Amino acid sequence: MSESEVTLHGAGGALIEGSPYGIPSRKLTMWLFIISDAITFGALLFGYGYLRTASSDWPAPFRFNPSILNVMFMTFILLTSSLTMLGGVDAAKAGDKAKARRFLWSTMLLGVIFAGLHIREWIGLIDEGVSLFQNPWGSPLFGATFFSITGLHLLHVTGGVVAIAVVSRGFSRGKLTAGHVEATGLYWHFVDLVWMFVVPLVYLLNLAR
Amino acid sequence: MEEALKSQDHAHAPAEGFLRKYVFSLDHKVIGKQYYALALAAVFIGMVLSWLMRFHLVWPNAKIPGLELIAKTGAPGGIITPEYYLSLLTMHGTLMVFFVLTNAPFAGFGNYFLPIQIGAEDMAFPRFNMMSFWTTFVAFVVLVTAFFIPDGPPISGWTAYAPLSAIGKDAGPGLGWGQNLWVISIAIFCIGQLLGSLNFIATTLDLRAKGMTLMRMPISTWAWFITSSIGLLAFAVLLPACLLLLLDRMAGTSFFIPSGLVVSDRLQNHAGGSPLLWQHLFWFFGHPEVYIAILPAVGIVSHVLTNSLRKPLLSAKVIIYSMMSIGFLSWMVWGHHMFVSGMNPFSSLLFSFPTLTITIPATIITLIWLGSLYGANIQITTASFFALGFISMFVSGGVSGFFLAQPSIDIYLHATYFVVGHFHMVMGVAAIFAIFSGTYFWFPKMTGRMMNETLGMLHFWITFVGTYCIFMPFHYLGLVGNVRRYASFVDDFMPALMPVHKFITIAALTTGAAQFIFFFNLIHSRFRGKQATANPWRGTSLEWSIPSPPPWNNFGGDHPVVYHDAHQYGVKGSTGDFVMQTSPEQILNE
Repeated sequence: MSESEVTLHGAGGALIEGSPYGIPSRKLTMWLFIISDAITFGALLFGYGYLRTASSDWPAPFRFNPSILNVMFMTFILLTSSLTMLGGVDAAKAGDKAKARRFLWSTMLLGVIFAGLHIREWIGLIDEGVSLFQNPWGSPLFGATFFSITGLHLLHVTGGVVAIAVVSRGFSRGKLTAGHVEATGLYWHFVDLVWMFVVPLVYLLNLAR
Repeated sequence: MEEALKSQDHAHAPAEGFLRKYVFSLDHKVIGKQYYALALAAVFIGMVLSWLMRFHLVWPNAKIPGLELIAKTGAPGGIITPEYYLSLLTMHGTLMVFFVLTNAPFAGFGNYFLPIQIGAEDMAFPRFNMMSFWTTFVAFVVLVTAFFIPDGPPISGWTAYAPLSAIGKDAGPGLGWGQNLWVISIAIFCIGQLLGSLNFIATTLDLRAKGMTLMRMPISTWAWFITSSIGLLAFAVLLPACLLLLLDRMAGTSFFIPSGLVVSDRLQNHAGGSPLLWQHLFWFFGHPEVYIAILPAVGIVSHVLTNSLRKPLLSAKVIIYSMMSIGFLSWMVWGHHMFVSGMNPFSSLLFSFPTLTITIPATIITLIWLGSLYGANIQITTASFFALGFISMFVSGGVSGFFLAQPSIDIYLHATYFVVGHFHMVMGVAAIFAIFSGTYFWFPKMTGRMMNETLGMLHFWITFVGTYCIFMPFHYLGLVGNVRRYASFVDDFMPALMPVHKFITIAALTTGAAQFIFFFNLIHSRFRGKQATANPWRGTSLEWSIPSPPPWNNFGGDHPVVYHDAHQYGVKGSTGDFVMQTSPEQILNE
């Protein structure tokens, strides 16, 4: 019996068939959204791989210092934010509003730092002459794929920060439940997971030799 | 997301005020009707476009009065230019595939009947549901706007093949803002469908009434459920593909544009991309899209047939498993649309095999329908005739698929009318027949009034015969080598085929005109039709256990309990030869 069924029907468990997954509709839907969104990123990464293979002059501009070091630091930040999110969900489930709020705000802060570092990196690349349609090193598709993939990810991070802000506020005021915090957490971990694919495919594959 | 989270906290109250009741309604029944109405509008426009095309093909110099008002450059003096013919073709395909074949059988009927058939009060996320319709509506408006901009609609076909779709104005009229509007519209459409799919899946899994185990759901519910699973993944690919195309068009990227491309004597300022990538992304969505159109149709037809044969289909389970395997295989066959694209010929072989494999579950479903006809006490209703008509179209159109699945044959036939005939029959008209079948069957439930059966039968026979007259000759034309997407046939080779084209055009105009019988029937019956009882077709599924039309909360606040599957026909029960799903009586051998 899931919480959404209770609230939607205002009726007890005996009146409805159990969900095969035994999880609330909200959580199920978040998982479905994650599957769908993973396919979206998958399509972009497929396109990137396809074009990269088809190009003879694909550039490999990322040096260990500063690019990869920066990415490692960004990865560290994002992974840490997943950890704080976990703390937030646990605290929310335990009903500790103040603690949940602290954890959620740390998550947001880390998300913002990640976005800031990312934008700083973007600006650096743009200064070097990389744009959506050209770069000094080789196939113009390098910039196109780089900015579109990392851009979509950055959009997800930004959206996640906004979502956490809304959910955190709603939860502190008692308007939203721990279920909402958990669903937002799922999304945040997913954004983290996508980054784990972006780092090797977009950065490490294009490591300067 | 925030919206959806809130919507779960309260089941919505009965709607008050005109806006909440009929426009921004949260009620899945109203939303289902809205989708259906949108599909009706789209199918009307699409049909008129096909008339214009057919008319122009056989009378290329005839004036079409009034057309110059809409298309100043496309049809100067009312005579369609070759480019405008392609605009009509593009809009016909886009409207029909996206806004008719996806909207009516899946989003329309699915929204209305899926929650009722599983015994739920509404969708899991009513607010999502409303958003999904209005997103689709915006997509429709954006697309149709393309008719009214100076350049006219795009000329790149409903598949918008790159690179011409990606480079802008140089590629031809309509490929400036017309194509932009097309891409934006389809991207918005994807978002609407994704929202809808999420909702359908969550609703089916989580809101089933007590006793409604998954295997007790009617085949139609299963079809919508499987379709939404396909939609969830397919539109998730089309969305980024559209975004990349939009970047190519507006931000100067070259995802789909190769180096050194010269169009309209101008070297395009792009380099390094691959037009094939667009085809891969598009058809990875596009082939599952075919099943998004046809699986709900299969579900509706199975549901109607079970009822009108007055006995269970040979095996509902096998139909459901076959639909699942079709859904699964649909992800492995996209390359069969690309046999002539310049893709490696070995890939063609690889795609040919699963394509032929997919015919197995499709054939199993067809054989189950045909086998179930044996010894059935078939009811003579318009709904059952359209269901049988569907089978006829599905088989006639499907058989040519066996030929096209083989690369060596497809290379000859691909760019001809043979393919046009094939997909119009198996996907287009077949799904339309299922929509008609569903309409005649469910109209009493949706409006509380019966449709006129005499007009219905007239509509059926003209449509059935007319459709064969239109699309069967397409196959012959294709075999002779008549190329598709040509605005006129004036070279020496073609005059011999013109009589066939004339015959098709006359058949198309007649069949199209017969659809006004349906429009009239729909509107007349809505206000003047005979009052419908709760269960006019003596059906077993849950939608027949509630009044026609259903109250705002479907089951009047009750929680139905389900004891049987939806196939209990031909059994001796207290209500006659059928036992309703909600009837607690015992059935032997169940």
